[in-house]
Amino acid sequence: MISYIVKRLLQALLVLLGVMTLVFFLLHLSGDPTQLLLPLDATAAERAAFRARMGFNDPLPLQYIRFAFDVISGNLGFSYRHSAPAVHLVLERLPATFQLTGSALIAATCLAVPIGVIAAVKRGTAVDSISMALALLGQAMPVYWLGLMLILLFSVTLQMLPSGGRGGWETLILPAATLAVFSMARIARLTRSGMLDVLSQDYIRTARAAGIPTRTVVFKFGLRNAAIPLITVIGLEFGVLLGGAVITETIFSWPGVGRLAVDSIFARDYPVVQAVVLVLASIFVLINIAVDVLYTYMDPRIREGGGFK
Amino acid sequence: MTTAPVSASPGFNLIRWYRSSPLRRIIGRSAGTIGLGILLIMVSMAVFAPWLAPYDPNAQSLLSRLKPPVFAGGTWKHILGTDHLGRDLLSRLMYGARISLFIGFTTALIAGVIGTTVGIIAGFYEGAVRSVLMRVVDVFLAIPYILFAVAVVGALGAGITNLILVLACTRWVQFARIVYGQTLSVREKEYVEAARVRGNSQWRILTAHILPNVSTPIIVVMTLEVAFMIIMESAMTFLGLGVSPGTPTWGWMLAEGKDYMSIAWWLSVVPGMAIVATVLGINLFGDALRDTLDPRLKV
Repeated sequence: MISYIVKRLLQALLVLLGVMTLVFFLLHLSGDPTQLLLPLDATAAERAAFRARMGFNDPLPLQYIRFAFDVISGNLGFSYRHSAPAVHLVLERLPATFQLTGSALIAATCLAVPIGVIAAVKRGTAVDSISMALALLGQAMPVYWLGLMLILLFSVTLQMLPSGGRGGWETLILPAATLAVFSMARIARLTRSGMLDVLSQDYIRTARAAGIPTRTVVFKFGLRNAAIPLITVIGLEFGVLLGGAVITETIFSWPGVGRLAVDSIFARDYPVVQAVVLVLASIFVLINIAVDVLYTYMDPRIREGGGFK
Repeated sequence: MTTAPVSASPGFNLIRWYRSSPLRRIIGRSAGTIGLGILLIMVSMAVFAPWLAPYDPNAQSLLSRLKPPVFAGGTWKHILGTDHLGRDLLSRLMYGARISLFIGFTTALIAGVIGTTVGIIAGFYEGAVRSVLMRVVDVFLAIPYILFAVAVVGALGAGITNLILVLACTRWVQFARIVYGQTLSVREKEYVEAARVRGNSQWRILTAHILPNVSTPIIVVMTLEVAFMIIMESAMTFLGLGVSPGTPTWGWMLAEGKDYMSIAWWLSVVPGMAIVATVLGINLFGDALRDTLDPRLKV
């Protein structure tokens, strides 16, 4: 088990090295890094001085090595707009993003799993058709448009909930609901197909034939077996939601890392953008490892079949 | 100079072709038919916009600003109402369909070509080539795609070309992952082994034997990606990092409509409905296509 985790961590390090390289080139995409670091009205002299101070005149490989050492030592650049290290700004905003994505994921799972199970058990009935039609609709809806519609309904028309900002629990409802819908649709569809697979197995037929109550068959035998792949999907969905938070946070003025990234792009504060990409990618990679380990731990067929070799 | 015959090859029978094509089976499924229907309406709207649109999409009329749609108390003069500059919403919606669908299809195509190439090569060749390519795929999968697209377009500057290239570079991994898996299983098949024994070149094995046999998932993923790209385009434009202002696109219509939400709800509702309908249509069609071509496919 330990060697498996170590192997996965080493692979993750390789991936993060790749992410770091991409992030490095991000700054050099436009040809002149000062375009992304200084205000648009900076003079040529100011740009030249800044270029010399930051070492942008050095050969690219040298700049890369310097950047890599900085990143490894935890220095992800300095935000001139906020006069603070970029990594501090990101870590400061991370709890808000976690609160939003965590709530969205919990809401999505709590609603989607029962919907998926009911749709599978009542396959072919109106309940199944309606819930799957709603799931399809949920997947077709752009996140930002759904956000706007919820603001239009609950903030503008009914004036029940605030349209933005982060404060009490009422400020969390609309952004979390917006973010949750897409994941909910996906989890519901996957739960349904997973349950249908399991419910067609011989052991379920045997259990039914033995006169075991439907409730026990569905939940004890069905859902428990369908849950293993589902947990993987739900875990990975957290990473997807972290990305989706970029748009949701912007619409609802939620002070998380996604909004920080978008604001920083418009303010030409690219060290912060680089830091957000690096931090979110690291979190995503760690979640992937956690999900893999959990999956392997939970499924006795893999555990006992030598999955950790 | 001789001209090529306009008609198809001799003996081509449209009815016979239709009967044996997957299209017939898709149309046999009600969801697939609805999806295809919606898609055809949207594509026709985009193609025939110059003839169908009642007004110039950019013609402003300050006297008819913020007129509601006909179903909300407006007049038939502007069926879907007008925006804050008095521009006809229906006309802008039709012209907007051109850009949204163009970006959706082009981006999915470019992403498909890049992803398929990487996936096939990684699946076919073992050793260092595979390791390097698959690690690159892992890197792209690790970065939240919206964040990546926003960051790169922010660095390069907005505009249709940049948007298409960046979105394609963000999503090619979806193709690479699936094509890689399929290639791994196809390369072990007997017909590939036979081609190898016959002395076919690697290029021929890749293009004539492997590519046609991994094309089903490519087609299915491409269909679903078109829908995804339409959403991404509108989201990026909405954030101010997409198509340049003034161009009638669904994303811009939404971005502009947002500021008038309390007095003119239709400016946010109508373009959003167009996006939802198009994406829903493509997804329904894509799902039916998958179920028809290969029901075991998990994409």
